[in-house]
Amino acid sequence: MLDLNQYDSLAAALRDALDRFSDHVCLIEADRERENHRLTYRQFRDQSLPLARALEDLGFGADSRAAILMSNQSKWLEAAYAILYRGGVVVPLDYKLTAPEHSELLAHSKAEVLFIEYPLWRALCQAPGFSPETLRAIVVSEAPANADLGPARRWEEVPAGREATYVARKRQDWASIVYSSGTGGRPKGCILTNENYLEQCRSLTTWYPFWPGVRYLSILPTNHAIDFMVGFVGPFVCGAAVVHLRTLRPEFIREAFSRFKITYASVVPLLLKNVERSLRARFDELPPARRRMLDALIGVNRALTKNRPHPRLSRLLLPQVHKAFGGELLALIVGGAFTDPATLQFFYDLGIPVANGYGLTEASTAITVNDLRPFRADTVGKPLPGVEVRIAHPGPDGVGEVWARGKTIMAGYLDDPELTAETIVDGWLRTGDLGWMDDRGHLHLVGRKKNMVVTEGGKNIYPEDIERAFEDLPVKEFCIFAANYLWPVRQLGEMESLVMVLRPDGEGVQADGLRDAVAVRNRRLPDFKRVSGLLLWEREFPRTASLKIKRPELARQISSSVERGAVTPL
Amino acid sequence: MPAKNVDEITAEILDLASKSFRVPRAELAPGDDFFKKLGIDSLQALDLLTQLERHFGIELPDYELQGVSDFRTLAERILARVG
Repeated sequence: MLDLNQYDSLAAALRDALDRFSDHVCLIEADRERENHRLTYRQFRDQSLPLARALEDLGFGADSRAAILMSNQSKWLEAAYAILYRGGVVVPLDYKLTAPEHSELLAHSKAEVLFIEYPLWRALCQAPGFSPETLRAIVVSEAPANADLGPARRWEEVPAGREATYVARKRQDWASIVYSSGTGGRPKGCILTNENYLEQCRSLTTWYPFWPGVRYLSILPTNHAIDFMVGFVGPFVCGAAVVHLRTLRPEFIREAFSRFKITYASVVPLLLKNVERSLRARFDELPPARRRMLDALIGVNRALTKNRPHPRLSRLLLPQVHKAFGGELLALIVGGAFTDPATLQFFYDLGIPVANGYGLTEASTAITVNDLRPFRADTVGKPLPGVEVRIAHPGPDGVGEVWARGKTIMAGYLDDPELTAETIVDGWLRTGDLGWMDDRGHLHLVGRKKNMVVTEGGKNIYPEDIERAFEDLPVKEFCIFAANYLWPVRQLGEMESLVMVLRPDGEGVQADGLRDAVAVRNRRLPDFKRVSGLLLWEREFPRTASLKIKRPELARQISSSVERGAVTPL
Repeated sequence: MPAKNVDEITAEILDLASKSFRVPRAELAPGDDFFKKLGIDSLQALDLLTQLERHFGIELPDYELQGVSDFRTLAERILARVG
């Protein structure tokens, strides 16, 4: 891989990688059974630089911002490279958000240029309040021949074969603005610098190296900090290849492992469980004698990999299982949410290590990762090289807030100095997560100080952001909380849900009527943002002088007088 | 073959969902939230999309399911592609 110490910017490192590995394959894109294309590093360069030239023609340069609103595909990375090449700042937007949310984040980010897929563009144009005039250029991919794109231009219309002028940047200059959450209320745009990326990449590849020949299957959205790092920056600076699937359905993902002989993939707990379920179902169908044999071999593998993984040995012992994963898989990376230790152990015992970790966009991606020496299913791993972790104000049980410091901590939140000052104090990122360190330096997470939920799909949900969908509820007042914030349990995961606290309007309010009113509005939200329980509350909500709900105080009142069991499921 | 209308497509989706997720057909209605009614997560919903592709002989990009949670809206998306 490249020696990242030598580089001042992400673009400089990527530019050298494209030259050094020019004949290696860097991208493969498939859709169902079809392979759309595969690109070498040289071809990637040849496709990206005309985009950079188009940006240059617009006067786009150092610190200019451009947003990308696309699902995982080659063009996503081409756009990102073009933006960085011109010294710009990449604003990756979550394609799974709604069009009004996209519109809101575009405005907040002050992006001047937008790279977008046609279906998302079609939806964005219909979003109330969206004004394309604020953008200097909009480039749309996959537009049907007869589609009216309004002020946007087609990707294919960008003249090919042109070179662009490279714009050098420094380590402290911004490379991206990544939204960790916060539509609706207070958008949290994490500013990540070139140094953040270079240092994170250096430390992650120390434990999980890439090299030419490695194939990374990109499943998590590339707008997510994890995939941007391990599905773009990491593989590219090491000459590896990234595989994109245009259809992220479990059956095609499963097939991709063997078809493309995948080495690494990042997944969310939900997908991991899905694969576990289907493997267990297949094991259960085996005739008794073969099942006993399989269990025995799994036992042998468990014993032989107790101290560290032995991929070749595991493939010999359990060839059928490994064949299903392509026979080259070294590890699955899982992050973004709590993963059941039993699931982690299930895969490890089959010889498929799951590198579980813990991180935040605010820390570029990972803070801790399992180093597999030995594998531990009960922790979220050890701090990455170069990252300091401390437990602040620990209680008698050693549990306190997790703080992290190092060169991977973001520069701050975009246009929100107040929130930045609350979040980063003396260089320490206050994560809002609760945990403890064991005597082997592994971090254990046990809960959250903050009012938020992380779904099994890896989404951060802040209850305040959802309240807008319920503004017209026929109640005196309402407030949404993460259930774990009201009634902390020292376990993350399945207990995570959203509870709406309602103060009914007047007497004789029918609980059923309110339930229906909430359910109707719930359906307008993406499934992962829905409220799952209701709690009727008769007392007036405590409010500040400016009439904002004092959430911590209301939470204290509720948790001290009502049990979790009083919540009515929706 | 005459073109199908949205009601017919909705009915076919309900038949298929009932069979594949073992929920009595009589308990499913066009306006139902299929995540809840079928007790499925977002990945299983993508599986449902694959089954619908096979049934109707069309390709449904993943984004067609974005923001859709009831059977009837799903039928409308399919109708746009069948037609």
